[in-house]
Amino acid sequence: MTKKVILTVVLLLLGAVVGLFVYKTEPKLNGNFETQSAFFKKFPFRLGLDLSGGSYLLYQAGTSNIDSSQVGDQMQALRDALEKRLNNSDISGVFGVSENTVRVEGGDKIAVELPGVTDATEAVNKISKTPLLEFKVEAPAGTTKKAKVDENGQVTVDLLQQFVSTELTGRYLKKATLEFNQNTREPMVSLQFDETGTKLFAEITKNNIGKLVAIYLDGELRSSPVVREQIPDGQAVISGNFTPDEAKELVRNLNYGALPMPVNNISIKTIGATLGENALVAGVKAATTGFLLVVLFLILWYRLPGLVAAVSLSIFVVIMLALFKLIPVTLTAAGIAGFIISIGIAVDANVLIFERTKEELRAGKSVTDAMAAGFSRAWFSIRDSNISNIITALILFWFGTSLIKGFALTLGMGVVISLLSAITITRVFLSVFNFIGNGKIPRFLFSSGVTIKT
Amino acid sequence: MVGLSIIAFFVFGLKAGIDFKGGALTEVLYKTDRPSQEDLDSTLQNLSLGSVLIQPTGAFGYIVKSRDLTEAEHTLLLKTLSADGKNELTEISFNSIGPSVGQELTRKAFIAIVLVSLAIICFIAFAFRKVSRPVSSWRYGFIAIVTLLHDVVIPIGLFIILSHYYGAELDTLFVVAVLTILGLSVSDTIVIFDRIRENLNSQDNVGSANFSEIVGRSLEQSYVRSICTSLTVILVLLALFFFGPVSTRYFAIMLAAGMFFGTYSSIFLASPLLVLVEEWQKKK
Repeated sequence: MTKKVILTVVLLLLGAVVGLFVYKTEPKLNGNFETQSAFFKKFPFRLGLDLSGGSYLLYQAGTSNIDSSQVGDQMQALRDALEKRLNNSDISGVFGVSENTVRVEGGDKIAVELPGVTDATEAVNKISKTPLLEFKVEAPAGTTKKAKVDENGQVTVDLLQQFVSTELTGRYLKKATLEFNQNTREPMVSLQFDETGTKLFAEITKNNIGKLVAIYLDGELRSSPVVREQIPDGQAVISGNFTPDEAKELVRNLNYGALPMPVNNISIKTIGATLGENALVAGVKAATTGFLLVVLFLILWYRLPGLVAAVSLSIFVVIMLALFKLIPVTLTAAGIAGFIISIGIAVDANVLIFERTKEELRAGKSVTDAMAAGFSRAWFSIRDSNISNIITALILFWFGTSLIKGFALTLGMGVVISLLSAITITRVFLSVFNFIGNGKIPRFLFSSGVTIKT
Repeated sequence: MVGLSIIAFFVFGLKAGIDFKGGALTEVLYKTDRPSQEDLDSTLQNLSLGSVLIQPTGAFGYIVKSRDLTEAEHTLLLKTLSADGKNELTEISFNSIGPSVGQELTRKAFIAIVLVSLAIICFIAFAFRKVSRPVSSWRYGFIAIVTLLHDVVIPIGLFIILSHYYGAELDTLFVVAVLTILGLSVSDTIVIFDRIRENLNSQDNVGSANFSEIVGRSLEQSYVRSICTSLTVILVLLALFFFGPVSTRYFAIMLAAGMFFGTYSSIFLASPLLVLVEEWQKKK
């Protein structure tokens, strides 16, 4: 018996500690949050774009020229280039918040999330300025060349089609510098490749001596020098009719990351700050109201066990909130909805146990025995009925865009945590009331409804 | 109700939102006074953005629906709406979805619904594998699915009526709602079937009572719990509906309906069906 009391106290304390953690890490609840220790500042709730306001951009990458086994790798390079650019405060100014996320979605798409950026134009411009740098070589002899006949009957061979892509792209660029041709004073952009890039470039130049190597910028041919000898040091020069300003800007942009393949914007979503904040306030209000209603219902209908369940439910809620902070889970409106539903489901396990306990009581068992039987018999129903919810959550998580994932994650977490909290916490708490005996008052406390049944 | 829902489906049809068919939605709020809808309408139609639909929202705002827009077109639209900056406005939200994104989502939604249904049949058949007397275990799964259909069709019908009168559009959350109802409703049916399973297996009943009596007794034992559970879930959903974010409002009401009919059907549809199947089997 003492053991059970200690266990209960420990659980209550743990719950309180977790609750305190959630409270302390929330800026809005602490007046002098700024003066708090750094530890508490590390765990804010991470809010999705629909609650914080911001922009979501989806890009389709042009992967048609890339060998299919290479796509994943190249997408990663594309992601890194965009991320480097977006998180560089030098070039992106207000963008330099580390919360910007860039992820590969569905194999060949790139999703960019910019919390706090509510001007989509600004966001799109920053990304569209990322240069696309490609190196191409002459197509092998015998490849059919495309030719055009213009209205005057003149035949022009399409130069663009004569080159084929190589693996060498802006991905392997280490540094770009501005130089001037010593004879003509024309500006040039000098490129230095990284280790892999140097190897690739050496190979390309070795295999194409006497031929043209084409340098493409943003899909346009900028320079096509003839290779005279193998270049082993990984240096190349683009000398294609730049004005000094153009060259300067290009160097700057190249240094902040060049894209390995073209990207095409296919979806934009911007949520204004006020809209996000309203949704957040509404979400919090709905969650609090829902929780209070359920607690009220539990206590009115199930009396003492209901009160215990309400305490166990509170612990469930603080555990969930703490997990949201610790994992961290990005909260969206749908995510909050999932959490709210999981509160309802968490109650279900308790209700099943209590109803079962009541039946056993009616069957004439003592309070203690009825409780034990109620728990063990209800467990199978609870487990089976929750598995279907877990299945749904898993499939939704797989299916999901970030919106749905948020919902599936909070719902799934809620179901799993509720299984734990209802079974362990409620059980331990109730077991303490064993000493209460089998008189009329305990029987009243453990039965249910608004009237006194005997 | 199922009939009504199906009729609503054929009469009103499902309005696919931009999540599925692609398109753009721009919401703006004017600082002082908004220009009249007719004026905006005529200027917007001249922008070569395809057909543009504008709806007033609140006292100072408009929602503009169009095909999906590039950033240049988006800027042009904003410029036009503000009459080159004369009418000050703020953009509340902008959402443009390319048709390819929509198609992929539609495909994924279908796969998800099929997968969830299959997984649930398999799970029920598995959970009731030991119960094959007098009704075989896969029939439980089958009946659960019939009940599920009922539970899903009614909220969808409700949604269609909402979309007809209040302009709700079929979006990603709609699919999520349908799938969640599947999960919640089946969990409710399982609890009752579980009770039937327990009573069938318990010693007192072996060889004695007939099947329909056992089902009846199981129902009697579990309906209070079913109603209590639904009540709590519906309580939180109502909180979500009344106080929650605008974006999840239809979602909440659909789920609440799903929960309500889910409970109703577990008691008044699934169990009677079970008895019916058993009687039909006996006759054969």
